[in-house]
Amino acid sequence: MEKEKNAVVIYTRYERFWHWSQALLIFILAFSGFVIHGTFNVIDFETAVTIHTYSAILLLLLWLFTTFWNFTTDNWKQFVPRIQGLPAVLRYYAWDMLFGKPHPHHKTMQRKQNALQGLAYLTFMVVIGPALWISGIIYLTYDLWNVMEGSQSLFQAVTFFHTAAAFMMMAFAFIHIYMTTTGKTPFHYIKTMITGVENIELTQAEKAYFSEQHPKILRNKE
Amino acid sequence: MRKKRLAENGVRTQTFSSLYLIGSALGILMAVNVSAETDPKIEMGISEYTQTGGATDLKATIAAFNKNKASTTDHSKLKELEGPFSSGPEVTKACLGCHNKAGSQFIKSIHWTWKYKHPITGQELGKATLINNYCTNAKGNEGMCAQCHAGYGWKDDTFDFTNEENIDCLVCHESTGTYYRTPTSKGNKACSIMFEGKKPIEWAKVAQSVQMPGRNNCGTCHFYGGGGDNVKHGDLSSVLFNPSKEIDVHMDSEGLNFACITCHVDNGEGHQWAGSRYQMHAKDNIGQGKPGIPRQRATCESCHSSLPHSKITLKGIKLNGHADRVACETCHIPKIAKGGVATKVDWDWRTMGKLKDGEGYKLKEYTQGNGEHRATYKSIKGDFVYNENFNPHYAWFDGVMNYTTIHTKFEPAKAPIDINGFTGDFNDPKSRIWPFKRMHTTQPYDKGNNTLVYMHLWGEDENSLWGNYNYENAIKVGMEKNGIPYSGEYDFIETYSYWPINHMVSPKEDALTCSECHARGEKGRLNELRSFYMPGRDYFKWLDIIGYLTILGVFLIILLHIVMRILCYKRINKSCQIGGEK
Repeated sequence: MEKEKNAVVIYTRYERFWHWSQALLIFILAFSGFVIHGTFNVIDFETAVTIHTYSAILLLLLWLFTTFWNFTTDNWKQFVPRIQGLPAVLRYYAWDMLFGKPHPHHKTMQRKQNALQGLAYLTFMVVIGPALWISGIIYLTYDLWNVMEGSQSLFQAVTFFHTAAAFMMMAFAFIHIYMTTTGKTPFHYIKTMITGVENIELTQAEKAYFSEQHPKILRNKE
Repeated sequence: MRKKRLAENGVRTQTFSSLYLIGSALGILMAVNVSAETDPKIEMGISEYTQTGGATDLKATIAAFNKNKASTTDHSKLKELEGPFSSGPEVTKACLGCHNKAGSQFIKSIHWTWKYKHPITGQELGKATLINNYCTNAKGNEGMCAQCHAGYGWKDDTFDFTNEENIDCLVCHESTGTYYRTPTSKGNKACSIMFEGKKPIEWAKVAQSVQMPGRNNCGTCHFYGGGGDNVKHGDLSSVLFNPSKEIDVHMDSEGLNFACITCHVDNGEGHQWAGSRYQMHAKDNIGQGKPGIPRQRATCESCHSSLPHSKITLKGIKLNGHADRVACETCHIPKIAKGGVATKVDWDWRTMGKLKDGEGYKLKEYTQGNGEHRATYKSIKGDFVYNENFNPHYAWFDGVMNYTTIHTKFEPAKAPIDINGFTGDFNDPKSRIWPFKRMHTTQPYDKGNNTLVYMHLWGEDENSLWGNYNYENAIKVGMEKNGIPYSGEYDFIETYSYWPINHMVSPKEDALTCSECHARGEKGRLNELRSFYMPGRDYFKWLDIIGYLTILGVFLIILLHIVMRILCYKRINKSCQIGGEK
């Protein structure tokens, strides 16, 4: 089947809103969280707890709604893990990209992310995220259960997992940010995440379908 | 330089101690070379009489107290109180003539018996027998100490505790501010000076002024516990006669203007007050009753409930969540000894008995916030260290005090000995974190029997410590006359006593901020309480190390990748001409 590259809105308005509001909240949470943890002391404890609590509530609402959105729009299929293509992507970042070789993954509407990316985001969504929000909710409601037997062991476990997951989240975030600079130009991917537009290969059938049903998705220069 | 230092009203810390030693040495040298009268810091004599309220306008205290009072009886119009009276018991007789249950109520109260049997530990407590680490024992020294007994004439064991006419109604009820009490016996001739030149009491006038007790009444004794202004408690001083809002949000004479009995309500027995240090309600689960139910406790909860903060704001909810484990006082009384009157924090009895020209003296080297000089050495008592406006000592406390009484044997090797040790633990839901003033003292003990000692401090004989300065005799006689076995050998031992802090509640703006406790290391006020995990203070060491190393590793990999990208990009551009291709 013949394919050609087209400028297409691959990230919908809601996906972009999800991404950037999530990014902002995660940074606010990390900053205030590590103040509470005692890592640094830029704002006082009370302010940090206030900010952390409200941001956490907002992020929980965002995630709740996004989970709903992912399942109702079939977007969840983007994150189904697959091994195929993973070695090639790993080889690309470790070696090939240094010598100007092209990226082995070709973005399509069915698979916007490469295998490594998909795996990383899945880890984010089913491991790091839940570790944070489950421990976080238990942490936040401490005053409701602190009278029960063994509450201190639970509290220590909760603080341990919350902190551990926060370190993992930070590792994820820094790598993620760095990876955004590996596009055609250092800011190419960031621009894509803002505008939603990327050049991807479309089949003739896809192109015809978008032209007729969703003309706004196609952003060809012609 | 010395003057400048004295003028400072700061806290004497360890760093000051070397300066202090030089200063003291200078002081002694100067005292030797220059005659004592020219050194304003030295006061000859050993008089211990405190004109209570002396520095304060008690009239203003009384006027403030009377602002919102509407008694149903004007006692000045009563025929029974016209007099003439020539003594306290005569006035008491007149009082009991109408208040025919007051006497039988009062002789059961601790203000009269000075005795308290602890319902949990079973210990026999009370001033009558206890030893503290200030002047040590009232027992056997009632001639001096019973000037704060609400009765007339208790000087020894012959006092009749069943005679209601010996009750002193006036000390608690008079409102002229002119009534005073003196020690009940003369003591050593060097001490007797303290009764001289006092204006006689106008009994009828004082009797006609009676009303419910005001701060002027309670404060006469309770602000001067331990032998001087704020010496003992740290949170009870003459500052509370007329405090500002910053000092005490409840007693603020321009504001809420509470009397002591606003909180220390009658416990239902009549003439007996809620709020005892011997057995405290460290956590009041009864809390606030339904509207209109009479309160019978002096706890904060009895007015404010056990969930006193907002139930609809995040901050309020979080603070209420603390109230089950942190006493209200811990956050709301951030400092001890506010308002310019210092409290004693250390007492060293070992140096007792230094004289000048054979005479006892006081060296007043501490200048407190209000400018008054406080004695740092007294011939009859030894050396003192003061502190004011300082952080409390914090501990888990379940309300139960365990005293080292005269009968308690201890191991001297385990010094400092707790005069009033207490129980309390994180794992005990009845315990909360409480603030305490901790008093450190080096005081005499019975070296052979490993007990504390009763000292014979006060007396006209040649064995009393005060005036004769001989421990050997004072301890021997003190033990003998109270029927306590004494090995005959004494030494000195370090002790601690703990004074729960309840008064001088600050306005809410001045309450502790979260980060005063939720902080790492020395900065945190609860640094020493280690039995629980506290966010902001505690962390898992290995998790942190692994976590920080992970983040560092991520940065190193990124940095390495960037360097490789730059190096390769240049090389490709030059040789391969691949880079730059769109």
